[in-house]
Amino acid sequence: TPLGRSRAHKSTIRRSSRPVSSPPTRRKAASRTAPDQTPESEPSSKGKAPSAAAAAAMESVEALVAHIQGLSGSADELAQLHGLLKQADGDALRAHSAGLLPFLSHLHPGAHSLGYLYLLDSFVSSSANLRAHAGGDLLVTVADFLTSCSADQIRMAPDKFLNVCRVLKNEVMQLNAPIRGIAPLRAAVRKIQTSSEQLTPLHAEYLMLCLLAKQYKAGLSVLEDDIFEVDQPKDLFLYCYYGAMIYIGLKKFRKALELLHNAVTAPMSSLNAITVEAYKKYVLVSLIQSGQVPSFPKYTSSTAQRNLKNHTQIYVDLSTCYGTGSYSDLETFIQSNAEAFQTDNNFGLVKQVLSSMYKRNIQRLTQTYLTLSLEDIASSVQLNTPKEAEMHVLRMIEDGEIHATINQKDGMVSFNEDPEQYKSSEMVEHIDSSIQRLMALSKKLTSIDQNISCDHAFLMKSGRERARFDYDDFDSVPHKYF
Amino acid sequence: VSAAAAAAVTNGLGGGEQAAAAPVSADQLDVEAYAAQYSGRTRVARLLFIAERCGVEAIQLEALRMAHDEARAREDTVLYLDAVLKINSRLGPRYRHDQAWVDSVNRRAEQRKEKLETELNGYRTNLIKESIRMGYNDIGDFFYAHGHLSEAFKSYIRTRDYCTTSKHIVQMCMHVILVSIELGQFAHVTNYVSKAEQTPDTLDAVIVAKLRAAAGLANLETKKYKLAARKFLETGPELGSNYSEVIAPQDVAVYGALCALASFDRSELKSKVIDNINFRNFLELVPEVRELVNDFYASRYGSCLEHLEKLKPNLLLDIHLREHLGTLYNDIRHKAIIQYTLPFISVDLNTMASAFKSSVSMLEKELAALITENKIQARIDSHNKILYARHADQRNATFQRALQTGNEFERDIKAMLLRANLIKHDFNQKNWL
Repeated sequence: TPLGRSRAHKSTIRRSSRPVSSPPTRRKAASRTAPDQTPESEPSSKGKAPSAAAAAAMESVEALVAHIQGLSGSADELAQLHGLLKQADGDALRAHSAGLLPFLSHLHPGAHSLGYLYLLDSFVSSSANLRAHAGGDLLVTVADFLTSCSADQIRMAPDKFLNVCRVLKNEVMQLNAPIRGIAPLRAAVRKIQTSSEQLTPLHAEYLMLCLLAKQYKAGLSVLEDDIFEVDQPKDLFLYCYYGAMIYIGLKKFRKALELLHNAVTAPMSSLNAITVEAYKKYVLVSLIQSGQVPSFPKYTSSTAQRNLKNHTQIYVDLSTCYGTGSYSDLETFIQSNAEAFQTDNNFGLVKQVLSSMYKRNIQRLTQTYLTLSLEDIASSVQLNTPKEAEMHVLRMIEDGEIHATINQKDGMVSFNEDPEQYKSSEMVEHIDSSIQRLMALSKKLTSIDQNISCDHAFLMKSGRERARFDYDDFDSVPHKYF
Repeated sequence: VSAAAAAAVTNGLGGGEQAAAAPVSADQLDVEAYAAQYSGRTRVARLLFIAERCGVEAIQLEALRMAHDEARAREDTVLYLDAVLKINSRLGPRYRHDQAWVDSVNRRAEQRKEKLETELNGYRTNLIKESIRMGYNDIGDFFYAHGHLSEAFKSYIRTRDYCTTSKHIVQMCMHVILVSIELGQFAHVTNYVSKAEQTPDTLDAVIVAKLRAAAGLANLETKKYKLAARKFLETGPELGSNYSEVIAPQDVAVYGALCALASFDRSELKSKVIDNINFRNFLELVPEVRELVNDFYASRYGSCLEHLEKLKPNLLLDIHLREHLGTLYNDIRHKAIIQYTLPFISVDLNTMASAFKSSVSMLEKELAALITENKIQARIDSHNKILYARHADQRNATFQRALQTGNEFERDIKAMLLRANLIKHDFNQKNWL
């Protein structure tokens, strides 16, 4: 088995390469890859004398591999290695990328991560190679690498790392098996992050795979970390959008709303398609969560405020229709616009909006009545029969959305107060942990504020605007105490 | 006050009582007695209004007949034409459109107008202030008499520049107020009332009363019921029927009482209405309304609402009150309900329904609406038909609010830090598009 072969090779790896065993593989590699190379637009010289040129190239790669194995110890060695690798990168590696695969077996992905990465990267950069090795070992090799590589080493070449991950993602998508990419990518995300608060491009890709594989819980582990550092805006938008979709799949609407809110209110100078889609979902989720769509806060960019509603007109109309409180009106509106919702892939959400209308009306009844008959509930909420009303109320009680008891004999529902007394130890713990969390957040905020106040650019700007200082400005103690 | 007007007053007082006490339906509205309370243009206008709104043909025709006669006597062609149009030949040959008469009246009016205008021009060239003022006044009166209200308004306004004494100013204000009321421009009314009240000389009590009544009317029409009530309650009894070209004393009583009931709280009601000696004179004129107010204060809501219902058909025919009647009645009813439930921890809906003389289900719906608007703090036990007072648990509410504030703070701060970071990296989308 291919796996067996590479394992056997790993066990025989020594610090120095063994030229004795390599010639057979070299020739085999050359003969194997020669028929692959000929249909490509390779330089004709290689086609004429494949073995000779290839052999020469292979030797340089050999040397490289030797370097990798030798210089993967300390940080200085790594720096040196990195320099060598950068030199070799380009023609040397790329031209013979097809032949690199077997060399990978000489290297240990954990110990020789940087070198492994370079070789792997140039191998997968060529689409011919990918086609040749579609499925099978390549995926396993890459997955293996991602899970076992060393974080410090790969951080020296982040672009290549990202490239490799992207290739993995594309492969699993082509094979229609997104689930295979989840574990490796999750490991990859953790490795390339410099801190748990940083957003990387991998986040969005990982979440996308989770969505496609419907493994929402897997996505949660990445979503739970709060993100404060973002390098690329595109990552943020995709991250927020996919993350919100995962939360919607898990029915955690409040967290989905937070992410969508971030996507909609992020600073932007021109509108992008992701934000438009995010806004559509934002409208729907706010209707489900709180029954109304809040207006844009004042820190929203003006581009968003001006243009978002134009692109999402039916959703705005939907929210006004929802506001009237009439179930039948809403239903007819949804039916007449069903196609539009389908093309946006939002129809499922829209149906949830519709059912939330009943919930909202029933909740309003709890504010006014202590007990109410099922017929009255049915008539005031515009349901057809008391049986349906009973079903709805039952479901809401089970979901914990209202506190009530149904008396089937009389056909009455009694609404109770929220039994939470805020006296239990769990509640005290919850309050305590919230306080701690908020204090930490507050401290973070103060430190960031202090940093900004000391920032050069800020001082320049504010100093320019201040008038000449008056002596009194510095005195905090009034003169009369002198 | 002329002898005829005095007769009308005594007539009106008696008729007013009859009109207020007797009718259960508009059938019994005594149109003559009602009209006798008023004089001037407003009488015709009111009659026309009644004819328009009343459903009973007999009364319609009676009102129209009286309106026609009155308009003809006053030589007011505008109102005359209006009346004739509405009569629509239903009353016989005498009441058909008499174009000849209209033309002759118009011709005479033209002549008079020219005469007045030449006189005025003469005065203007002579620059005698007093004469100019009188001239404008006369023109204003002339226009008013013939129904050209906006021109009358303009002329009266013009006298302003030539007023020398405060008496003149007051006179001018009164004229303007009169025309504005008829035109329906109540902003002007309020304006000129305050102008008149600010003149340095002390005013005649009658004039003060007139001004208050006019102010009350303006507030009523602009839906400021509390202010309207206050103004009406401050109107002195000297008003009598001196302002019959605008408002009758019964009206002051009715408007004042209804607005007060709809907008005052209990203490104000007691001090300003029930204990108000001045206003008592007015209330005596409409004993039904006096009963009504006393019932409300004594919590006899059933009989109070009954009185209200009895008065309703006639009040619907009142030219000023009609649009506001619905709102006022609703407010009074809601106030009654809220006041009823206030002292109790639990109220049996059946007893309450009988007290308010309505069905339990209707009452339940009204209560539900009031609870949703947060005017009553209670919950309805629909099974046993009991209303329970509910006082929010402060402790729980505080905990909930604290936790919620914490969550919102966290969410907002995190979003803000993220945004600050985005701006720090100075995103310009052109870079990555």
